[in-house]
Amino acid sequence: MFPELNNLLNTTPDQAEQGKLTLLCDAKTDGSFLVHHFLSFYLKANCKVCFVALIQSFSHYNIVGQKLGVSLTTARECGQLVFLEGLKSAVDIFFRPQEDPHPLQFLREANSGNLQPLYEFVQEALKPMDSGEAAWRCPVLLVDDLSVLLSLGVGAVAVLDFVHYCRATVCREQKGNVVALVHDSGDAEDEENDILLNGLGHQSHLILRAEGLATGFCKDVHGQLRILWRRPSQPTAQRDRSLTYQYKIQDKNVSFFAKGMSPAVL
Amino acid sequence: MAAAATCGTGTRSTGSVVVAASRNNVTSFQRRGPRASGTDSGCSRLVSIAGTRPSVRNGQLLVSTGLPALDQLLGGGLAVGTVLLIEDKYNIYSPLLFKYFLAEGIVTGHTLLVASAKEDPADILQELPAPLLDDNCKKECDEDICNHKTESNIKMKIAWRYQLLPKMEARPVSSSRFGHYYDVSKRIPQELIEASKWHGFFLPEKISSTLNVEPCSLNHGYIKLLQFIQNIIYEEGFDGSNPQKKQKNILRIGIQNLGSPLWGDDICWTENCDSSHSLTKFLYMLRGLLRTSLSACIITVPTHLIQNKAIIARVTNLSDTVVGLESFIGSEKETNPLYKDYHGLIHIRQIPQLNNLIYDVSDVKDLAFKLKRKLFTIERLHLPPDLSDTVSRSSKQDLAESAKLLGPGCGMTARGKKHLDF
Repeated sequence: MFPELNNLLNTTPDQAEQGKLTLLCDAKTDGSFLVHHFLSFYLKANCKVCFVALIQSFSHYNIVGQKLGVSLTTARECGQLVFLEGLKSAVDIFFRPQEDPHPLQFLREANSGNLQPLYEFVQEALKPMDSGEAAWRCPVLLVDDLSVLLSLGVGAVAVLDFVHYCRATVCREQKGNVVALVHDSGDAEDEENDILLNGLGHQSHLILRAEGLATGFCKDVHGQLRILWRRPSQPTAQRDRSLTYQYKIQDKNVSFFAKGMSPAVL
Repeated sequence: MAAAATCGTGTRSTGSVVVAASRNNVTSFQRRGPRASGTDSGCSRLVSIAGTRPSVRNGQLLVSTGLPALDQLLGGGLAVGTVLLIEDKYNIYSPLLFKYFLAEGIVTGHTLLVASAKEDPADILQELPAPLLDDNCKKECDEDICNHKTESNIKMKIAWRYQLLPKMEARPVSSSRFGHYYDVSKRIPQELIEASKWHGFFLPEKISSTLNVEPCSLNHGYIKLLQFIQNIIYEEGFDGSNPQKKQKNILRIGIQNLGSPLWGDDICWTENCDSSHSLTKFLYMLRGLLRTSLSACIITVPTHLIQNKAIIARVTNLSDTVVGLESFIGSEKETNPLYKDYHGLIHIRQIPQLNNLIYDVSDVKDLAFKLKRKLFTIERLHLPPDLSDTVSRSSKQDLAESAKLLGPGCGMTARGKKHLDF
């Protein structure tokens, strides 16, 4: 996790909020550093994490996680992390048809399937264990990323249904969190993606939007992060607070600074 | 893992199948690839594969694309396990890059897999450019050698210690190095092709047999191609799961014109098509196959034919490295004095961040390419000198207009609306 981002979001691993849906979106840039941040943040916060990783392999997240101070292999072995590796499972399903239902069943179906097996997998993974196991703080579902599901033939409505079910189970019942990454296609006229993004935008409590600079490429400032709080927890705070920061990604950290205050410029 | 063993008909070792629902499953399959968790011990094993080198930044195993200039722009080379997508309007120069990639595979001894729906892979291999190696250069260097021989017999009188040192080789070295140069005007010698190992997938030949996989929304041709690729990877042991074969070589896959109507895909015909997910699903499966094997893939997609822009965006997101070629032929830029020395612009649209938070970003955004008689070069775009006697305002305005057009293509960390890179 990035300490500066924790300061901006006003959280620490000890006091992570519960029952929230966080939407990560990126426009014209790569927002996967946010996924790495939340993964290591929740693992350090001693939460039980179910990670649906559809776009990269396990060792990719593991190696980056080690740079950020968490070991995914140990977390997986002791049961804190349930990792669904989409790429590997897809190859297995496609070439070796299996009898028992697999979470990524929809890959084999001809028409646009529904994500019910995936939801049941998440439900099973995050259901509270009451006997003998170490008590984790709260369950967290992390999805990287939802736009890939659209490319795989699932409709936008089906993905929204899936997120709705997950929210009902994880956020409401179990007081956990859901974090999902969606790509913003911008001017590529991807209607399904826009439906998904707008739908999730209205449901989420926190939106982190990584976008490129309006002026183009810059070596010292890699992009801009817009943080939008919706339905904040404190009643006295203003509604829909929004902040914008610029960031630079380094090898093991991401540094954030106010707009125009990049250390390279000052 | 008994649960894992019940699945499927293959004879794969049980350790290599991960049943996601089981939390205690620790796969015994350690993929021998750049994704092996972390360390120097992994790197020392991997360097021994010919034609590859570990990346300076994160130890990732890289292969050359056949163009050393392009390798440099991509941060050292193409990472093993990734897909390189070449976007070329009207498909003028992308076949050349495709052939460079395959020729590099032959020279370094990698196994090739060539898939095409239009041309027979054997014909594609015949047209590969000839490499500039020791024996090719020998004829050209012979005259030089004759000249040098007379000189070398003269004994050094003053610096006589230097006579004892071995002579420096000035010619291009043999094929154990990374990245070679090719002569586009010559064909690759037949013996090199015969000595190499390659598999061809020509769609009209393979599609005639009936398919016995249950229908899914993937195209018939794509299913066949995926099965072919998966078969080669398994049979020849590129993913380390075959107990008989211990392969320590790279599989280079080249797929031409993916998404064109010849593959049976209809995304080029209409905007809202029924099987609009065929191509993206295929790319996802291909990504899954590549990530778990020692292979690298180059694909060309006729993006000018695809009607639906959303699909192009999705294809770009599902590929790891994306290089766009914009040739000047047929556009107004052909007669523009700004571009008179070049044949087109090259944009590095996307570079993967693998095992890392950041990647090597080249500072140079304005790159142009030129196809000379023997060589395909990539250079930084230089403005031609303004040799007019008087300051002609109209020509300066034209140049400014053209410079603005360079804007949208640049930057893979961020793209903005205005062209103000600094």
